[in-house]
Amino acid sequence: MTPAQTGAHADTAEVFEEHGTAGHQSFGFWLYLMSDLVLFSAIFATFAVLSKAYAGGPTGAELFDLSFVFIETMLLLLSSAACGMAILAMHAGNNGRVLQWLALTFLLGLGFIAMELHEFQQLIAEGHGPGRSAYLSAFFTLVGTHGLHVASGLVWMAVMMYQVKTKGLAVMVQARLMRLSMFWHFLDIVWVAVFSVVYLMGVL
Amino acid sequence: MKHTSATGAAAGSLKSYITGFILSVILTTVAFGAVMSEALSHGATVVTIFSAAVLQILVHLHYFLHLNSSSEARWNILAMIFTVLIMALFVGGSIWIMHNLNIRMM
Repeated sequence: MTPAQTGAHADTAEVFEEHGTAGHQSFGFWLYLMSDLVLFSAIFATFAVLSKAYAGGPTGAELFDLSFVFIETMLLLLSSAACGMAILAMHAGNNGRVLQWLALTFLLGLGFIAMELHEFQQLIAEGHGPGRSAYLSAFFTLVGTHGLHVASGLVWMAVMMYQVKTKGLAVMVQARLMRLSMFWHFLDIVWVAVFSVVYLMGVL
Repeated sequence: MKHTSATGAAAGSLKSYITGFILSVILTTVAFGAVMSEALSHGATVVTIFSAAVLQILVHLHYFLHLNSSSEARWNILAMIFTVLIMALFVGGSIWIMHNLNIRMM
């Protein structure tokens, strides 16, 4: 960030001196996302290696309902777009709109998690839990890790809605919202890889 | 430079989010459609799935995360290229080694 740009926010200069510039924080958060990607690649590698280890149990083609997964995908994609709308409202300085869009983002994300839990619960009830075969262990690990990320993103989003409500769109709140949106878009990218590799290739 | 950057990241416009969303819906539908319709051969379907996935990831990076060639995004892109290298080693290496092992154990 150039001095001229920080000058425009002279009132918040103290905040930045304490916490480093938001640009650096954003980059730091990006590095976290990249390391998270390395974590996911390890789980993807495990899944790829075990993707035919059915141990006499069910295959992906027998387990997955693609239209169900398609709706899950659309929920997450809509949620990602709604998150973008929240960021646009943030730049317009409209607290109420930010809260509305975040609430929509949250509900769509919650719908995604609810569908995923329903799918897991059904698989386990039918005896196709993670203990059935190495393939299903890898499936639950990969999809579950993504789901955990989405769930923690929802907690973070609830906290941010509270902060927008109580603190308004202070510069630090805006910076946090930017990082939350990075996280949310990032999870959508990981989901693209998940539905392609796990569900589409699994059914094929 | 528009919408900079007290918050540390460049923001998109309404147009970029809508474009990204529409392109993502199209690419998702193409991938699911290719598998569900069973219209293509096995090989062509695999190619369709992976092309649509790579394209959609690029769409997300460009329209939602606003990665571009600007100087602010340069370090983000460098970090990402390094990560992609690590991922290729991880995933490609694991599959290669385990596939080989599998063949030798048969």
